[in-house]
Amino acid sequence: MTQQGVRWTAEQVLAMAPDAASRKAGSKLAVAGPWSQAGTSDEGTVWGLCKGSGSKPYQTIVDVADSAGPAYKCSCPSRKFPCKHALGLLLLWAGDDGAVPPGQAPDWAEQWLSGRRARAAERTTRTGAASGAASADPEAARRRAERRAERITAGATELEQRLTDLLRGGLAAAEQAGYGLWEETAARMVDAQAPGLAARVRELGAIPGSGPGWPVRLLEECALLHLLDQGWLRRERLPDGLAATVHSRVGLSGSPDGPPVRDRWLALAQYDTSDSHLTTRRIWLHGAESGRTALLLSYGAAGRAPELSLPVGLAFEAEVSAYPGAGQLRAALGERFTAPVPAAVRPPGVTPAEAAARYGEALRDDPWLDSYPVTLARVIPVPDGDSWQLTDADSDLALPLTPSARSRPGLWRLVALSGGTPVTVFGECGHRGFTPLTAWAEGTEGTPGQAVALC
Amino acid sequence: MTGTSSAASSGLPWEELVTTALLGTDRRTSPGPGSGREAPVALLDAAAVETVRRRAGIRPVRAAVRPEPAAADGRPALPPAAARRLATLLADRPGTGGGRRGTAPDLMELLPQWLALANAYGYAAPPEALPALLDAARGRTDLRPAVLAFAGARALWLARLNTDWRFALRAAPGGGAALPGPDEPERVRRLWQEGLFAERVALLTALRAHGPATARELLASTWPAERAEDRLMFLDTLRAGLAAADEPFLEGALADRSRNVRATAAELLSALPSSALAARMAQRATACVAVDRTSGTPTLVVEAPHECDPGMERDGVQPKAPAGRGERSWWLGQLVEAAPLGVWSRRFGGRTPEEIVALPVADDWQGELHGAWCRAAVRQRDAGWSRALLGAPSTPEAGGPGAVSLAERAKLLATLDDGERAEWVAGFIGTHGLSEAFQLLGVCAVPWAPPLGRAVVDALDIARDAGSYPWSFSGVMGLAERCLDPAEAVRLDPLAAAAEEPENAAPGAGGYWSEAFQRLTTTLRLRATMQAELTPL
Repeated sequence: MTQQGVRWTAEQVLAMAPDAASRKAGSKLAVAGPWSQAGTSDEGTVWGLCKGSGSKPYQTIVDVADSAGPAYKCSCPSRKFPCKHALGLLLLWAGDDGAVPPGQAPDWAEQWLSGRRARAAERTTRTGAASGAASADPEAARRRAERRAERITAGATELEQRLTDLLRGGLAAAEQAGYGLWEETAARMVDAQAPGLAARVRELGAIPGSGPGWPVRLLEECALLHLLDQGWLRRERLPDGLAATVHSRVGLSGSPDGPPVRDRWLALAQYDTSDSHLTTRRIWLHGAESGRTALLLSYGAAGRAPELSLPVGLAFEAEVSAYPGAGQLRAALGERFTAPVPAAVRPPGVTPAEAAARYGEALRDDPWLDSYPVTLARVIPVPDGDSWQLTDADSDLALPLTPSARSRPGLWRLVALSGGTPVTVFGECGHRGFTPLTAWAEGTEGTPGQAVALC
Repeated sequence: MTGTSSAASSGLPWEELVTTALLGTDRRTSPGPGSGREAPVALLDAAAVETVRRRAGIRPVRAAVRPEPAAADGRPALPPAAARRLATLLADRPGTGGGRRGTAPDLMELLPQWLALANAYGYAAPPEALPALLDAARGRTDLRPAVLAFAGARALWLARLNTDWRFALRAAPGGGAALPGPDEPERVRRLWQEGLFAERVALLTALRAHGPATARELLASTWPAERAEDRLMFLDTLRAGLAAADEPFLEGALADRSRNVRATAAELLSALPSSALAARMAQRATACVAVDRTSGTPTLVVEAPHECDPGMERDGVQPKAPAGRGERSWWLGQLVEAAPLGVWSRRFGGRTPEEIVALPVADDWQGELHGAWCRAAVRQRDAGWSRALLGAPSTPEAGGPGAVSLAERAKLLATLDDGERAEWVAGFIGTHGLSEAFQLLGVCAVPWAPPLGRAVVDALDIARDAGSYPWSFSGVMGLAERCLDPAEAVRLDPLAAAAEEPENAAPGAGGYWSEAFQRLTTTLRLRATMQAELTPL
């Protein structure tokens, strides 16, 4: 860990916050007032005592440089993670105004740190042993997998029947049937241990209420669901790559057993989506050497931030391993060798025409893809009636933005950053349009602009 | 995205598939070739192929018309720490948290100061912060001038694309296009003749700042043709850089058709002590006030005018008194207010303003007379008279409702220089405490001069010892957070420590006070940091 003195920016710290309230509470604590004995060490640890409402100040420690992501510890009773004290301390540290001077960690911080290091070492040895244990009874594992496959097959068959019935009676009738029908079907798919099918079925229920053009969208999604059912039912006859994709789309994600790729990974974008049960965090990475794009997924129970968090615009050395499936972008983060540091790495960009073609090509490996990550070089956000598009600075072609991207505040940050001049934009390009996630201004000679998060 | 038109493979156009799906295969049999499978399954098969085909074949669309790029901002970029600070200040939006502030500083309240500093250094706003800046200014009109100055041309460029930010275009005349300077007479003349009202006012104000005569001549060139309410606003722009050279034009405006224009012209003329109007008013006013030496002590006697003659009316005296006021005292007040203050010394045998103010006034005329002198001192920005009328800050009547109200005092203070003003208010607070001081503190220069800052802190400390609750002083506390010199933070530390509760204190007050002082020191430290961050390397 040789990242002496690298401090994060306030935005990077705030990206760690589990929700908007924590972000606000953390910002308020980002002043020297309530803090005492704050300090930071060369190993990337930040600590401090924060005066709360009680007589005893809270002890807050953050290990920023841990290769498994920042770790937090605070003696406050908050269930938020990280809590506002950890965020406030990090913001104070990020502010770099002398309130968090370099120094030696106090005993209470040192105790926790050494405890962590010991546990981390233990974990490494244990995982080594555990992977051996998992393969101890391959016969039992095979039988379990078979039983689950049978259940899924039954579920897929039932779903096929429902789709057939739907098409026989017509989609217009489905509009009146409403949510209930789909919710029930989704529950059946959960029973069948096919969460991928269940999620798709649930989404079908929302389409009839989604505004003009819904029959087209409903037919598309029904047809793709049918395609997935058929893919599952005939998976033995599919090429290996496609069969693996079908497996993961159905909900058997498998394990990230691709060869670990070591690279300097730039965190391109990070954003959360949530439903009533689950917060899903998506983090896009760009490999500086390999040129690969990887997607990390991390989950949190409703109301809690997923644990993995990477500051956008910073790069770090790490290994990632791909999940199975042809053209699969999802990967798991393996060992991290360095802490995230500012980097001049920028993903190479393509034109709007090339971006559209990339999405088209990606469908060959995974026809269920809604979008594909691309970086657009030299594009200008341009208003087009009520909507917006990203226009190629050097031709008269453009990609329209998705309807949801139009209503996000990030759109205006993008427009402001551009000011009518070309910018580089990373985002997801799909059949609904382009969703911008991060942008870079064209810097002044040699020094590219800072990454500006748009999501 | 445009999909490629479907033609080959399934043989069925996509629209045909959608129609069949919508109606159901029971009602509408697919006209396609029988694949041997059930009709709904065949339909789903065909739709799946089509869907993937359509998606795989998306193409970029034709580009819409690009907006003109925003003008380049030549100002230097913010230092990185200052840019981060701005993001934190903007993230603290009011109304999101609610409840008690506790010891945390009110970040949004520091934004005006941050902006003033950034503008003083002439930094360019980071483009990605513009949306948040404009949103902040949208909710708070008082922030708008500073935000728009900082945000620069790109903010106006943005405002043209987003109706939420239209206010920026209204505030910036000409939609942000640069105003012509005095060296471009042709553009000046065109804008003056063709521009919108707001643009013309802005043009006049800008010209007045560079060459007062140019602006006046431009105004005179179209004066008779302007509408009455426009004339009033244009006349108001002459207030800046008012000089003797403006007198002939203003004299002409005294004969204006509009009463409001006449009154404003008279007011401006009376602020020129050498003007003919001022001389006429001096003559009228001095005729009303005399020194009576018949009694033991010299006393001022007042004989208010008996009528408002046409000459007075032409010079801007309002003939009709507001309800509840005597006509004669109303006229007297206006005459004294418009008369140059210098005449009184001559009238009263070379007495100084202090001596004149100290003279007793017969028959309850003191309030009226001193009030009028206050208004005159403010209008003519006469520090000598202001000083005399304010009196010593420690006199007992300075605290209570005397001849001079707090609002008038605040205005009189504004005519003194920064140091004198701070010293007077410090003296006032030292004697009378903080309960009446809010308005007076508002006119003091920021950051507060050391004696004033000390007086405020001491008074707060006294209030705490007296056992009152801090929120009785929340107005002064808030001002102190924004105006106290950050260097004072050191002196505050002992106060921020939790003190023992005095016997007669309100319950729990001690804790709240130490919290309030903590917030004060935290805010002061933050302001010091803010300043350091903005200092160019």
